[in-house]
Amino acid sequence: MSAKNVPAFNGTKEQEAKLMEIINKHKGTNGALIPVLHEAQEVYGYLPIEVQTMIAEGLDVSLAEVYGVVTFYAQFSLYPKGQYRIAVCLGTACYVKGSGDILDKIKERLGIEVGECTPDGKFSIDATRCIGACGLAPVLTVNDEVYGRLTVDDVDGILDKYMN
Amino acid sequence: MELVRSHVLVCGGTGCSSSHSEQIIEEFEAQIKKNGLDSEVKVVKTGCFGLCALGPVVIVYPEGSFYSMVQTEDVAEIVEQHLLKGRIVKRLLYKETIEEDNIKSLNEVDFYKKQKRVALRNCGVIDPENIDEYIAYDGYKALGKVLTEMTPEQVVETVKASGLRGRGGGGFPTGIKWAFAAAQPEGQKYVLCNADEGDPGAFMDRSILEGDPHSLIEAMAIAGYAIGANQGYVYVRAEYPIAVHRLQVAINQAKEYGLLGDNIFESGFSFDLELRLGAGAFVCGEETALMTSIEGHRGEPRPRPPFPAVKGLWGVPTILNNVETYANIPVIFLNGVEEFTSIGTEKSKGTKVFALGGKINNTGLVEVPMGTTLREVVYEIGGGIPNGKSFKAAQTGGPSGGCIPASLIDTPIDYDSLIAIGSMMGSGGLIVMDEDTCMVDIAKFFLEFTVDESCGKCVPCRIGTRRLLEILERITSGKGTLEDIDQLEELCLSVKSSALCGLGQTAPNPILSTLKYFRDEYVEHVVDKKCRAGVCKALLSYKIVADKCKGCSLCARNCPVNAITGEIKNPYTIDQDKCIKCGVCMNNCKFGAIVKE
Repeated sequence: MSAKNVPAFNGTKEQEAKLMEIINKHKGTNGALIPVLHEAQEVYGYLPIEVQTMIAEGLDVSLAEVYGVVTFYAQFSLYPKGQYRIAVCLGTACYVKGSGDILDKIKERLGIEVGECTPDGKFSIDATRCIGACGLAPVLTVNDEVYGRLTVDDVDGILDKYMN
Repeated sequence: MELVRSHVLVCGGTGCSSSHSEQIIEEFEAQIKKNGLDSEVKVVKTGCFGLCALGPVVIVYPEGSFYSMVQTEDVAEIVEQHLLKGRIVKRLLYKETIEEDNIKSLNEVDFYKKQKRVALRNCGVIDPENIDEYIAYDGYKALGKVLTEMTPEQVVETVKASGLRGRGGGGFPTGIKWAFAAAQPEGQKYVLCNADEGDPGAFMDRSILEGDPHSLIEAMAIAGYAIGANQGYVYVRAEYPIAVHRLQVAINQAKEYGLLGDNIFESGFSFDLELRLGAGAFVCGEETALMTSIEGHRGEPRPRPPFPAVKGLWGVPTILNNVETYANIPVIFLNGVEEFTSIGTEKSKGTKVFALGGKINNTGLVEVPMGTTLREVVYEIGGGIPNGKSFKAAQTGGPSGGCIPASLIDTPIDYDSLIAIGSMMGSGGLIVMDEDTCMVDIAKFFLEFTVDESCGKCVPCRIGTRRLLEILERITSGKGTLEDIDQLEELCLSVKSSALCGLGQTAPNPILSTLKYFRDEYVEHVVDKKCRAGVCKALLSYKIVADKCKGCSLCARNCPVNAITGEIKNPYTIDQDKCIKCGVCMNNCKFGAIVKE
């Protein structure tokens, strides 16, 4: 998935210091790379190539190895996410109850595709795997807020809440 | 523990948390304080009760009053009426518990009556973040018994005798797996737990992690003793933040109590446990891929043999079981093999948890004895299909399983019966489908999933599943031919027999089982260019029923592409070449004169 408008990397010195702390904490333990990536993504919000390079050097593994792992797992993102991260569950229970139509409606309203971020950096859309709230299907989340038992007509109201 | 006269149990599982049960707990605490009841009533945040469709769920004991869909505004009423004055707030009770003037106990309600909660025994009963409550429910008693009274060989024999089979997928006998690892020479070995629940629609493992994390810790320590391992890892999905948090809290408490760590129960046995977070890859549910992922690499599977029991994590003997399997272990040692084997069928012992979802009234988690029929689960426990629609099929086993048609609804649910009809138990997702579900579309949905999740290591899965998906896309868009259906079947069989791991080998199952039971729907899509469920957009057409049309012109005025024409007060018609099938006309028609077929 390609994303439009990827901003230039602008990590701060504080973030870099935190990253070094994380690397040193895990360095030398078996299987350190994935825990380091998880924590690094918490610091930066995503894992651009600049961050991957620092991790590769810090853990003494090749950049190819780091990039290979980052792109293998869905949790790791090469691109920044929006201020409001919309995630529509496409698990079976939600799909059967029409979450595909809800996703279409959001894409149409925001004018972006899954994996992309609006040009103002406000919204990004992800299609997620089952989040386990099948009892509330169909479900979407905006950051940590969960909206369940949805219909297509609810979409505008939810997006309006975050528009201003 | 302090003694109080009433307990308010509020579900803190993911389903109810999503409908704001945290705020309800805060409101209960505030209202209880306001009414001066804080020394008499205790609020407990529990794990999942199972009836997620009714969340947020609150149960007040000792009465056992089951309040459903509670809103923050309702809390004051429950506190003032029920807790202060002893008057149960009837309007908020789950309606199934009210029968004329009597209020039934939960166990008499249809949803719970046929259930037998073994793996879920503590979910919704105890506070998962309090080890003392687990211990009060006989927690860690099984571990104590194992370490002080039994040899490792006896432990393995007991698990073998229980007939317990893996609850995560294939149903391999757990005891035999343990015996293989135990038979390896002494040295470093590992015990792993697969908590990377990835099947869409299955969430029982999450419920156990959130509702009863200590049972998993206890079972893994027992497994460590049985095979001679002193270290365990739980590989848990990062997408389950509540589960990760509670598990970490539980591990810390167990360490503090000396139930993990060095020389547990003065037995000389030491065992430690760590968490490893998954990063969102379905293939990591496959055992060898999971181990590669813990080692810090791309989670790609490797060929077996050697099996993990011989060469697993970092090349040493390793056993891997899933959460629900482990949750059964303490019960086997507490209540004995005989009681455990008295539940279930000849070859499938015990119970199985299912996540009921899709087109069914009572969505949620249910645990039933093996051998319960699909009909009992769907109609008696699940409360049937909403909106008077009819049952078309149930899908079990997620992307690796298949669809069970209405004609086989009396099939007993156990490992072997499900495989015999072309599905599988899998981790226990059970998605109900009604007449509005298109079976070709469902097969396509699962193939989209497997194409996306294929790790790419072997050709049959990487390329084969993509070709399968392309054929399905042709069929659902009305461009398929009868040869496509034959080719689809042939390719399914070759992927099944040649893929490297379980994910690839089972990926064609959703197609094969729908082809087996719903072939006529595939043929309809190809020959008649029709989708009877009205799902496949390319095959739909909107028509105006002349008899019902009053000629009001509303549809024509709303049509975005001007495809509808006619004269006022005479029936209108839709130009099929122009129509984009958006459905606006049908939504606007006040006389129900527009149909899609």
